[in-house]
Amino acid sequence: MTEDSGRKRSPAPASGPKGSPEDAGFDIWLEAGRTEKHYWRDLWRYRELFAILAWRDVAVRYKQTVAGAAWALLQPFLTMVIMTFVFGRVAGLPSQGAAPYAILVFAGMLPWQFFASSLSSSSQSLVGNANLISKVYFPRMIVPVSAVVVACIDFLVSFLILAALMLWYRFCPDTRILLLPAFVLLAFLASLGPGLILTALNVRYRDFRFVIPFIVQFGLYVSPVGFSTEVIRNRFGETGVLLYSLNPMVGVIDGFRWAILGGESAIYFPGLVVSLLTVTILLVLGIWYFRKTERTFADVI
Amino acid sequence: MSDIVIRVENLGKRYEIGHLDPTGYRTGLRHAIQDALTAPFRRLTGDRGSEASRKRAAREVFWALRAIDFEVRRGDVVGVIGRNGAGKSTLLKILSRITEPTIGRIGLKGRVASLLEVGTGFHPELTGRENIYLNGAILGMSRAEVKSKFDEIVAFSGVEKFLDTPVKRYSSGMYVRLAFSVAAHLEPEILIIDEVLAVGDSEFQKKCLGKMRDVASDGRTVLFVSHNMAAVAALCSETLLMDRGGLHFAGGVEAGITAYRNLVSSQVDRWRWSSGPGREIGNERIALRAVTVEPVDPMQDRESTSTALKVVIDYEVLAVLSGVTPFLFLVDDLGTEIFNSVDLPSAVATPDRFLMGDLQPGHYRSVCTLPGDFLNEREYGIKVGFNTSGTHFEFVSREILRICFAQTQTMRAEYSGRWPGMIRPRLGWVSAPRCSEDVSDLHERTERGDARIS
Repeated sequence: MTEDSGRKRSPAPASGPKGSPEDAGFDIWLEAGRTEKHYWRDLWRYRELFAILAWRDVAVRYKQTVAGAAWALLQPFLTMVIMTFVFGRVAGLPSQGAAPYAILVFAGMLPWQFFASSLSSSSQSLVGNANLISKVYFPRMIVPVSAVVVACIDFLVSFLILAALMLWYRFCPDTRILLLPAFVLLAFLASLGPGLILTALNVRYRDFRFVIPFIVQFGLYVSPVGFSTEVIRNRFGETGVLLYSLNPMVGVIDGFRWAILGGESAIYFPGLVVSLLTVTILLVLGIWYFRKTERTFADVI
Repeated sequence: MSDIVIRVENLGKRYEIGHLDPTGYRTGLRHAIQDALTAPFRRLTGDRGSEASRKRAAREVFWALRAIDFEVRRGDVVGVIGRNGAGKSTLLKILSRITEPTIGRIGLKGRVASLLEVGTGFHPELTGRENIYLNGAILGMSRAEVKSKFDEIVAFSGVEKFLDTPVKRYSSGMYVRLAFSVAAHLEPEILIIDEVLAVGDSEFQKKCLGKMRDVASDGRTVLFVSHNMAAVAALCSETLLMDRGGLHFAGGVEAGITAYRNLVSSQVDRWRWSSGPGREIGNERIALRAVTVEPVDPMQDRESTSTALKVVIDYEVLAVLSGVTPFLFLVDDLGTEIFNSVDLPSAVATPDRFLMGDLQPGHYRSVCTLPGDFLNEREYGIKVGFNTSGTHFEFVSREILRICFAQTQTMRAEYSGRWPGMIRPRLGWVSAPRCSEDVSDLHERTERGDARIS
């Protein structure tokens, strides 16, 4: 009369040699250093999580604030007012053609603010979601990318201010504005590359928490936000502008101005190409480095 | 097609433990830059004694898992058991793809969902409703899937009224119930669960256990990590016993739990426990000194279930106390209490014990008798505690000693072996053929000697 009779099969030690035909039966093999074959397909499969994480960040953002989403408008508006005053009135820098200086500044500030906020929010995103990283599997790239998308939403909201400015100054853009979405995409990619690199670095080296605000602050002055690239050309010549265009945001901001201001504002093509190249290199580098390190995120976070 | 859904081959996971380093924290950027900058020079000069490499040598390597091999078949409910730090959680983390193995590999078949924590990703600012969708997505459910099960999830959790309240205003119980309800409605082919049953009140735990049993009976594969042997025994058919990063035992649940008990009991005394430095039990009023289980008749075998045993409890009273009442718990091999017995004679019969009885500080002994033919052929643990003034609780010990009855199947004829049940008391039985419904008739026949009396 023993209970042992009820005993069932036991999980036997694995016997099959490596590379046995049974390999084919498994959907996935987890192994050290194995690069995911279906990385991008996986990323696509997790698109709902991606959407919901982005939605969460938006939904939570202005909870328990009085001004609410007005903050998304107030911040860029006030910055624009100050910059127009400092660069346009105090420093007396020239605008491009007939465009009002405020619109010139705002056309530069739109992509810059997007870049700055996506850089700082994406680099904090993984650390901020450490509980998710250490408890659930999903392609880690979802988190910083959704942070960039959230920044993108603020960015799109700021376009309302641009429209208001245009009405105020009775400024009518020409057909070039139809190409603006292409530059929005460029701004997105330009933010994503450095964002991914800094996100991955910040997981291991929290030093970057202090580096990023500095990059953002510094970048505001080395990018043509408060002034036009023309100013650089007049002071440093062609080579100066080419070197200046190594900053990916130069190409993005110039593109924005070209599309929004229209008229006499011209785009400097060699400079744009240099910026495009930098954006591509940073993006490829970002994806490569992120994928290389993401498997160990849970161990070091 | 093979029926194996998880195959683990020679799995190992190594961690580097950074020692506290006076120059800064291990993952610091400075080290990385310093190492990167000096690497070419080190290679050039073959300098192996440089400061940087000496520092690297101080980095200790720790194998959280080593040489793990096992397979799990479809529909198995496998309990992963072992002491703290045995590597259970690391194994689960690798299986759920949170971290990658250092060596070896794992083959998985089907959708894997892991539940290493209840309420992963819950956001305090969002409402219950929003968190259901968020948590569902994090656990790998599609929006449509959550939508179709939404009512079920809400009903299971019992927080209908607060669905549109931010979860930061929830009580911790509501929070956990909602979180588990989402998780309970996952329908992956392989479900990995870590200790989630350790939450909520006992009624909700029962509900969870029931839900998990449903999952298992659906033919899905479950890996369940727990320290709660009763839950493992109730749910699992198989066990993997981990110990210090290795697989100690793989097999049926009963044998696995026994092996776990043996592993743990290397630290628990058998038959006799005595106090000593670092193992004191008691408080500032009463100290337990020794507990011994021995046969009432010293000539008899203490490991036989037919032997009457006495539990001798030696203790020291450290203050003037009234109504000192020792009690003991008998627990089974899963730690479940079988019974509690108190030295509590009727206050009516011996009134002086409570009215008069102040105990002066000093050594005392209490003896409790366990009758023969009462316990089963299995292992039991004993916990001892004290009340004062009859009902004032002083303390109760952990399971301080264990007694075990040998399975001597052939020796004692019909009354032998391990029977089902926690205890196996020998009770009085009367059996007789029965012709009439009238019970008094049976009595008559018994008295006339017609019936067999056993």
